[in-house]
Amino acid sequence: MSTATLPVTGTGSHAENVVEMSWDPITRIVGSLGIYTKIDFASKKVVECHSTSSIFRGYSIFMKNKDPRDTHFITSRICGICGDNHATCSVYAQNMAYGVNPPPMAEWIINLGEAAEYMFDHCIFQDNLVGVDFCEMMVRETNPGVWEKAKQTEAPHAGDHGYRTIAEIMTALNPFEGEFYRETLQMSRLTREMFCLMEGRHVHPSTLYPGGVGTVPSSQLFTDYLVRLMKYIEFMKRVVPLHDDLFDFFYEALPGYEQVGQRRVLLGCWGSFQDPDICDYNYKTMEKWGKAMFVTPGIVVDGNLVTTSLIDINVGLRILLGSSYYEDWEQSETFVSQDPLGNPIDQRHPWNQTTIPKPQKRDFGGKYTWVMSPRWFDKRTGDHLALDTGGGPLARLWTTALAGLVNIGYVQATGNSVKIVLPKSAMKPEVELEWKIPKWSNAIERDRARTYFQAYAAACAYYFVERAMKELHAGRTDTFTPFRVPDEAIGCGFHEAVRGVLSHHLVIRGGKVANYHPYPPTPWNASPRDVFGTPGPYEDAVQDTPLFEENGPEKFKGIDIMRTVRSFDPCLPCGVHMYLGNGKVLEQVHTPTALAGLAKK
Amino acid sequence: MAVAPVAIAAHRPPDVKEIHLVWMTTGLGCDGDSVSTTAATLPSIEDVVMGAIPGLPKVHVHNPVLAYEVGDDFMKYWYLAAEGKLDPFVLVLEGSVPNEKIKKEGYWAAMGTDSRTGQPITTNEWIDRLAPKAAAVVCAGTCATYGGIHAMEGNPTGAMGLADYLGWKWHSKLGLPIVNVPGCPVQPDNMMETLLYLLYQVAGLAPMIPLDDQLRPTWLFGKTVHEGCDRGGYYEEGVFAHEYGQPECLVKIGCWGPVVDCNVTKRGWMDGIGGCPNVGGICIACTMPGFPDKFMPFMDPPPGSMVSSNISRIVGGIIRSLRAITHHAANKEPSWRHSRPQLTTGYRPKHYAD
Repeated sequence: MSTATLPVTGTGSHAENVVEMSWDPITRIVGSLGIYTKIDFASKKVVECHSTSSIFRGYSIFMKNKDPRDTHFITSRICGICGDNHATCSVYAQNMAYGVNPPPMAEWIINLGEAAEYMFDHCIFQDNLVGVDFCEMMVRETNPGVWEKAKQTEAPHAGDHGYRTIAEIMTALNPFEGEFYRETLQMSRLTREMFCLMEGRHVHPSTLYPGGVGTVPSSQLFTDYLVRLMKYIEFMKRVVPLHDDLFDFFYEALPGYEQVGQRRVLLGCWGSFQDPDICDYNYKTMEKWGKAMFVTPGIVVDGNLVTTSLIDINVGLRILLGSSYYEDWEQSETFVSQDPLGNPIDQRHPWNQTTIPKPQKRDFGGKYTWVMSPRWFDKRTGDHLALDTGGGPLARLWTTALAGLVNIGYVQATGNSVKIVLPKSAMKPEVELEWKIPKWSNAIERDRARTYFQAYAAACAYYFVERAMKELHAGRTDTFTPFRVPDEAIGCGFHEAVRGVLSHHLVIRGGKVANYHPYPPTPWNASPRDVFGTPGPYEDAVQDTPLFEENGPEKFKGIDIMRTVRSFDPCLPCGVHMYLGNGKVLEQVHTPTALAGLAKK
Repeated sequence: MAVAPVAIAAHRPPDVKEIHLVWMTTGLGCDGDSVSTTAATLPSIEDVVMGAIPGLPKVHVHNPVLAYEVGDDFMKYWYLAAEGKLDPFVLVLEGSVPNEKIKKEGYWAAMGTDSRTGQPITTNEWIDRLAPKAAAVVCAGTCATYGGIHAMEGNPTGAMGLADYLGWKWHSKLGLPIVNVPGCPVQPDNMMETLLYLLYQVAGLAPMIPLDDQLRPTWLFGKTVHEGCDRGGYYEEGVFAHEYGQPECLVKIGCWGPVVDCNVTKRGWMDGIGGCPNVGGICIACTMPGFPDKFMPFMDPPPGSMVSSNISRIVGGIIRSLRAITHHAANKEPSWRHSRPQLTTGYRPKHYAD
């Protein structure tokens, strides 16, 4: 890397030698991400981080003037791993705009499809992508000392998962060769079959429509799903304790590991799984039906639940620029000046955004990415909060636990934890799991939450099958409500993509799309420094992260940085760049004077 | 035939001992084709990587979604391939090719950083470097094959398919045309099966891959969606769904199946499960070169479907009423199955009590 790409801001660190290192592309994620850092090897710390994305496609631009009924088909193509989350969110936004309420059976079918998506996606990501960062090959390469300790450490839950030591778990995670790696890949297929039963195809579904679904409910449909679900439930009874053992071991083997990827608790969740008994897709009652969702929406700041209202969440959305390759839209058209309840809608809200791309050279002192900076305006403090999603599960479990609203028997939110009951399966009895609010928002807890949310989704799916069967047995098998596309309308959809918050904002004029802006989780997590200079969550979480890797600059893998970034489950369905430089030394700094010189550079 | 017969593979060792799959996901895409490929079981990615398929050389897969390596460690294969030191390799492209010539600076799609300038290396430059060195070039999904969603009217990037970029007459150094496996995303087994064929071909164990004029494997794309659809029978009898969620033929509510080249209705999505019109999803023609613009608005009936479905309604109505008579008869058991004390089956017993 040349100095042309250097970040210009100072470090303020008492650095012995600060080395510029970058990883481009970051692999084992979806999409295109580059992480550019300055690392102080003397104090073993990351002093600065910039994240960049290298692909632009322009959905908001080419969707203008299209038939709004096409938008879920089109927006599914935003993402190749959770496209169905987009299609679903778009259907939610369209339902609101058209004033249509699908029959309950359609909602249970969508919930079953989306639950299968969480089960699949977290499964493949956790153990085929993230898991490799914890596998024998990797740990031996980055921390031989930890590997030695893993061989001596018995796994506390060996009886549940069958691996005697932590080292055995690590070996089972080796790519392709590892037994658990291959088993997980196979489970990711079983769950995708469940998905295809409900939504037709993975990853861009064929059977979703505004007003309902095309899937034909039958005993066969739900039996085919249920039988597979029970296999996954049995699998989860091994997987959750396995991950608890693995992650707890890292805290024990590397004291201080809780600081890796730690940032302030600033979490957002937009809620998932509609309750058809309550949800009517009317904006004016959105707070009520939002709170009835089977994953509770909410915003958590420093451990406190600020709101669970989708109205508050919606009104507070702000899309900032600062370091992104776009022209500002402050002077462009205002599409929505107030919401249907009379709340003022800001010019920086997605309903009013106009996307004007401006390709240019990458400059880490100026514009360096195609990602914008979504923020949530906290009216209590006037802050534009750089919320993250904790990779999805951490925020979902945290808001749901604190809100204490979900209680469906198999899942129960207690106010400080979430209890999950997995029913008896072929070889294992009923098991109760409890996810407790952790002390930190860090890499390990993001990963741990993922495994618990796999169980959460499975337990919800079990409940949804029961509800769907009840509809079927009562003969209520309609899956579609007809509608008309109005000439003028607005709509918004809130959902949880696998890796976190997802919103779609739609404006219809003359029966066509006048404006459409989807906000998936990764723009929140991968956002760059905004106009106020606030770094995005990846940047923030990587900055100041201590490094536990045993390698020096020459053979440095950046494993602790990788674990931090991957804990967010990055999904920049664009191009990702991560590149490990040759460890070029920027400055040898020995005195405060020299340090000041570095800061000005 | 998709795979070389085992007997041939056993008798003849491959021409090469090792082969690399260099898989670029940095077109304008969504990585959905890589993800889809991990769903394949016939064969699965691990079947190919771990040598479960007879006759194959050792296969090394370099795909960013699955790679162990990160950053430079990962990019080194790209540089080796560009220098001709990773021979032979099959280049897979995922995502459409943007037009980088339409603006004065910056990039639409890129991968890796140029060490001299500090700027990203565009996807197009990688294609220019790698395509001449590749044994075969495969486009995974409709974006890479024909442009797809990101090449929709009104798009800001000037996106196109690879054959538009390299030329439809382009051939690899081994004389193979570009191989297109369309689908949005690609059907999992269609992708792995095509790759397997090409691995055999590059290893000298299979003849030239048969392709149609849109460069698609003929055995996968030689039939229409409608020809494989289990709802096609409704069409024959002129019975159509008028709302989504009904189990009949979907052509009157937006299905393009009768004119779309795709095997999803025959093959399902995964191990025979799922699909499109066969499970209630209108065919939006996602495998076609004209996708998406020529088929939008997706939820309107295709213009040609009015005439053909009305004819089918009349003719099919007659067929249906005639069939109803036969159907009724077929649903009745023969008259000799009864509990009366006589045998009326036609058998004449000699030794029954009388």
